[in-house]
Amino acid sequence: MKNNTYKLLAISCLAIMFGISISCNDDLVERNMQYPQLNPTNPDANAGTWSTLLLTAPDEFPLPAPTATTSSAYKAEINEIKSYQANITDEQQRIVDYWSAGGVLRWNEIMQTLVARHNRPPYQNEDGTYPAPSAANPFANPQFPFSNPPFAARAYAYVSAAQYDAMVATWHYKALYHRDAPFVVDNTLSVLVPKSPLPSYPSEDGVLAGVTVEILKLLFPTEIAYIQQKADEEKLYRIISGANVRSDVDAGVTLGRAIAAKFITKASTDGAGAAIGNQTLWTQLETNAIANGETPWRSLDIPARPPMLPLFGNVKSFLMTPANVVASRPGPPPSTNSQQFLNELNEVKSYSNDASREHMKIVSFWADGVGTYTPPGHWNAIANEAFVYQYFSEVRWARNMALLNISMMDAAICCWDTKYHYFNPRPCQVDPSIKTLTGVPNFPAYVSGHSTFSGAAATFLSHVIPSRAQEFEAMANEASMSRLYGAIHYRSDCEAGLQLGKTVGNYAVQRALIDGAE
Amino acid sequence: MKKLYLLFLLTAGQTFYAQTEIDGIMMEKKQLCTGITYEYSSWDKYWEGTFYRENLNMGTVSTQKTAINANYGVTDKLNVIFSLPYVTTKASAGTMIGQKGMQDASLTVKYMPYEKSFKNSSLSFYTIGSYSFPTSNYVADYLPLSIGLHSKVAMLRLMGDYQFGDLFTTVSGAYAKRSNITIDRNTYYSDQMHYTNEVNLPDAITFNARLGYRTNRLIAEAVVDTWTTQKGGFDITSNNMPFPSNTMNMTKVGFSAKYYFPQLPGLSVVAAYNHVTNGRNVGQSNAISGGLLYIFDFNKTHIKTATDEK
Repeated sequence: MKNNTYKLLAISCLAIMFGISISCNDDLVERNMQYPQLNPTNPDANAGTWSTLLLTAPDEFPLPAPTATTSSAYKAEINEIKSYQANITDEQQRIVDYWSAGGVLRWNEIMQTLVARHNRPPYQNEDGTYPAPSAANPFANPQFPFSNPPFAARAYAYVSAAQYDAMVATWHYKALYHRDAPFVVDNTLSVLVPKSPLPSYPSEDGVLAGVTVEILKLLFPTEIAYIQQKADEEKLYRIISGANVRSDVDAGVTLGRAIAAKFITKASTDGAGAAIGNQTLWTQLETNAIANGETPWRSLDIPARPPMLPLFGNVKSFLMTPANVVASRPGPPPSTNSQQFLNELNEVKSYSNDASREHMKIVSFWADGVGTYTPPGHWNAIANEAFVYQYFSEVRWARNMALLNISMMDAAICCWDTKYHYFNPRPCQVDPSIKTLTGVPNFPAYVSGHSTFSGAAATFLSHVIPSRAQEFEAMANEASMSRLYGAIHYRSDCEAGLQLGKTVGNYAVQRALIDGAE
Repeated sequence: MKKLYLLFLLTAGQTFYAQTEIDGIMMEKKQLCTGITYEYSSWDKYWEGTFYRENLNMGTVSTQKTAINANYGVTDKLNVIFSLPYVTTKASAGTMIGQKGMQDASLTVKYMPYEKSFKNSSLSFYTIGSYSFPTSNYVADYLPLSIGLHSKVAMLRLMGDYQFGDLFTTVSGAYAKRSNITIDRNTYYSDQMHYTNEVNLPDAITFNARLGYRTNRLIAEAVVDTWTTQKGGFDITSNNMPFPSNTMNMTKVGFSAKYYFPQLPGLSVVAAYNHVTNGRNVGQSNAISGGLLYIFDFNKTHIKTATDEK
């Protein structure tokens, strides 16, 4: 009897334990899948008059007039929509649900994916040297690109800037041709997304697909198949949802591609291709620092790795001129021979020794290191989550993302200019007993990249959403301090970086005040 | 270090169960076996996916684990086992700081529904359910130096044990259901972007086979153990850091021994060694361990020996 009781007890214990665990739902709830469909409070109908970044005028690239909505060809296009809607599959519904949150938003997330996937430093050769990725031969080992923070900042900026100019052109042609949306032409048509009051030719999603594919092919040439698949989804979504007919979308793709070509020309001559430098330059940087009586930076990677993109400070930007970059450069960090340097080094060491769980959390939250979307990607994610609930139009989304990302590209340029101008060592180079809470980046310390990116991003985001300014500033401060808590930066790096970021971010704010959108 | 080696007992390297639950030995009713165990494991080569490599920026990664263990006989056929380890990790090269802390407590119910003796042999079957859970707020997303994965794990194991004279074999297999974990980042890339701080860990299947010599004084055995994560995992990409939801597979071989001191009734010493022979996204670790165990008998009778316990 008693034995049976125990037996029952044992079996029930086992059954309960297993039952609990099996019933746990492992599905992840992801924030970006909860976003509402794009339904702008203001359609920004006059955005065709906003200032473009690179285009000389919104109609620099011509777009032919559409066929009349009374034509039989147009009716056939309406029937195509009805046919899709009558036989919609689960996969097609998923595509509609995904893309209807907004094209600028989804392409930005796709960018974050590509950056994260390619953000890995090359593995060393047998002889301890490192191979460099080659844009001319992108599939060779290591694949092109290594999307480290400067590369990523520039990539986000080019995609966003090209999207913005393309959206301004789109709004211009919408107003010019005034072709009604399919659901206006045929009021029996059901529409799976909120109805836009704007004309539908060309399709903004068609233009976004066209322009983005071309720029991404340049930046991530090994990913063409993946990128094209996303573009095909976006185009299909517009037709299935009844927001556009096929000719709206096709015209958009053509316009987008033409605009992309202009940005690609700029990208091929902006100096980024030469940013890696060469052995002569790397040696020169070290020699200069020694000549100035300072301890020069050296790589802490084993085997030692060449410094990351030492000439990135020379890359030509959209907003800041080379003279602006030099004028914004902070004064020197504390000399490696000074008492202040020693004090700051000791402060770093105290954070390393402390390594509290709370600091560990902050360090990890902002680390955005190898294999991630980088700090600029992190601020893109922050911006996306903020903008979704501002209910912007696509053109305003594009404009805000463009200025945000241009300011972070400027931040990368200014920060890298400063880093290689001073070429100062990381704390654990000077004191190897300092252990770090995250990986030590392979470039000089002063100023902190995280701080510069965050200062710039928070400054611009605060301008876009003033009611959240305090919150953005607090995030930037935390991101900046995370590098000191992580024992990879001195306080001077963080403070001067944050200040530099604010200076840089202000260029975007000044531009925002005069581009016609406010 | 040598001194420490003398004190050992075996807890498996990167696994979540105390070794005592996967042997064919039961505590008798109202007996409590308690002990302290220590393990040192280290590796300097690992598998990045299928690529076997070293990482000069980590050097040798070592883990020390000290655990308290208890195994109580509720009845002769039903044991409840508890284990709680303290873990420290360290890398010999590079700058990354090591981690330390209380790791995952495990609670196990071991039930022997079948036992039959023959002329010169005996056969028994077991059902073993265990549940482990993190006991501190340690960092999971800091591999390879995090002390654990911070997941709650429920494991159901079926085991058979056959003894013939002084020789025996024990074979078992288990399914480990692992809960999602929460990391300090709110967005991460695995093999795709995830906009959440939750990470879905793949479940795992493990097999264990033991063969050896077992008398009332000494157990000496060879052990083979495999751990294979199920769907949902992914490989470490080239020159990247590991991630908690990586595929992590390994095969370990090793030896272990347990000796009961005739002059000190109730006291036993255990020692073990194991080596990872093959793996994926794990270090090729060598682990050596040992410990002291003591059996309290609340029956107020004599201390039973190994064979009595069966």
